[in-house]
Amino acid sequence: MQAIAKSRQAATVSGGNTHLLRDGLGLLLIIAAGAAGYWLFPDNLALLTRVIAVALLVLSIDLIVGYCGVATLGQATLYGAGAYAAGMACLRGVTEPMTLIVIGAAAGAMAGLVMGTIMLRAHGLAQLVLSIAIVQLAHEAANKASAYTGGSDGLAGFSPSPLFGTFEFDLWGRTAYLFGLALLVLVFILLKFVVASPFGMLCRGIKEDPVRIRSMGAFVFPVLLKMFIISGAVAGMGGALAAISTQVVGLDSVSFELSANSLVMLVLGGLGSLYGALIGTVIFMGFEHFVSAINPFHWMTMVGALLIAVVLVAPGGLSGLIDRALPGMRDKGGQRP
Amino acid sequence: MSDLFRVEGLSKSFGGLAVSRNIDLAMAAGDRLALIGPNGAGKTTFVNLVTGQIRPSAGRVLLNGEDVTGLGAVRRVRRGLVRTFQVTRLFSDMTPEEHVTLTVLQREGKASRILGRFRGSAEVAGEVETLLRTLGLLDVARRKVGEIAYGQQRLLEIAIALALKPKVLLLDEPAAGVPSSETPRIEQALEHLPSSLAVLMIEHDMDLVFRFARRVVVLAAGEIIFEGLPSQVAANEKVREAYLGNYAHARRVA
Repeated sequence: MQAIAKSRQAATVSGGNTHLLRDGLGLLLIIAAGAAGYWLFPDNLALLTRVIAVALLVLSIDLIVGYCGVATLGQATLYGAGAYAAGMACLRGVTEPMTLIVIGAAAGAMAGLVMGTIMLRAHGLAQLVLSIAIVQLAHEAANKASAYTGGSDGLAGFSPSPLFGTFEFDLWGRTAYLFGLALLVLVFILLKFVVASPFGMLCRGIKEDPVRIRSMGAFVFPVLLKMFIISGAVAGMGGALAAISTQVVGLDSVSFELSANSLVMLVLGGLGSLYGALIGTVIFMGFEHFVSAINPFHWMTMVGALLIAVVLVAPGGLSGLIDRALPGMRDKGGQRP
Repeated sequence: MSDLFRVEGLSKSFGGLAVSRNIDLAMAAGDRLALIGPNGAGKTTFVNLVTGQIRPSAGRVLLNGEDVTGLGAVRRVRRGLVRTFQVTRLFSDMTPEEHVTLTVLQREGKASRILGRFRGSAEVAGEVETLLRTLGLLDVARRKVGEIAYGQQRLLEIAIALALKPKVLLLDEPAAGVPSSETPRIEQALEHLPSSLAVLMIEHDMDLVFRFARRVVVLAAGEIIFEGLPSQVAANEKVREAYLGNYAHARRVA
């Protein structure tokens, strides 16, 4: 009996280790890919920084869609809130980049609170339509409030002060890229903890069966709203990063198109794993950049074809495909030795 | 007599169709009651009314003397009124251990914590292990629910309910869909339910009903037509007409 208990305990420990190993390796891969981007594409760092900003947006969608099962086509609302907040703050003299990220996160979280409160009243298709309505309204509001947002010209003419007072945001975008990469890694680690927490587990449960969760005695609405706020903070940081690195905030940052594209990126990469969000963003935006240079008219067609292929062949997205190709890397917690 | 659980004049109509009519029922701590009746008698509707999934048209539900009719499903669970489902409602990509851990954490108000690990506390882990062992689920504790036998899924439903430390437990056909080879495990689990718990069980398996229940309530067309000892139920004319006739017939055919 004791032997069984011991072997069980051993299984638990090794299960936990596999998990840690997997996440540690994943994190190393992200950093390695980021460093590779820095050395291989020194002339494209502005694009790569934009990839990171959008990756934060796609991560934030994964939190809501992948972990909670709430469909949204309006996530750019939260990204745009962060971008405009950071831009406006910078214009008004708050130029310290870390502070701007925090301001972006706070604005995104607040927008997430409002958006969640509205969207979570509805379900299914109505919820999706609400999300589109919200992003369109936000877009129109940003357009009309030109005194604050610059309207269709956007916000420009602000420049963040050097990072830690020493590293200037240079013309090649080196500082911005490395700053963005560090931010992404930090957020990724934090989110790994969030989705592995009791709260993350509760969200997974809600995604699958809210009735069951209620019959366990847990309220669904506050849990989802909390996730909306976290998601808003992440998207807002993405927006703030974009504002800092490009020193422009345009209406496109709060558009339906960006919302829809980033949802496509998530589906491409795979929902509910965080890795999928990163893979999907890189593939989609890489396609956008390289394929559109080769064939500027039909690159979207190719993205469409890729998406159809992924949905048909690997419903779990590209990250799911990798999971299948590397069975040794899968979480073995579920299997007994 | 102060009843732990009491239902007074509970009625529900959908449009002109009355699915529950003026149901009165009381249970004390430790009660073992079986609710039987032909298909469509309104048994699951009754559970849904009692647990707050649907609102009654009239009547009251009292728990420990407190009127909980106005409360939602979640608050009733938190007061100790817990149910299981006729068709298992489990999270297919979670393990039994994760199900029960989540439930225990929720009961202790820790389930929505962002900081803190899911398997953080040894106390919770100990409770989870004890529960899973009691129900014979320790061997499959770390397998995904989608991969374990249906009978084990039914047992997990019971484990989740028990993890909430209920006062009143409503079991909606705990043995439904379970192959006969696995029913003894379910029956054993039902026998070992905490003795202070008031249990109401809906079940079609009459052998199980007769062994488990000390009291039987028969529901037909949304109305209670019999309440009494299991030994009396078969002899009741009304019950024969509504239910056991069919049942006996079905048995003969089989």
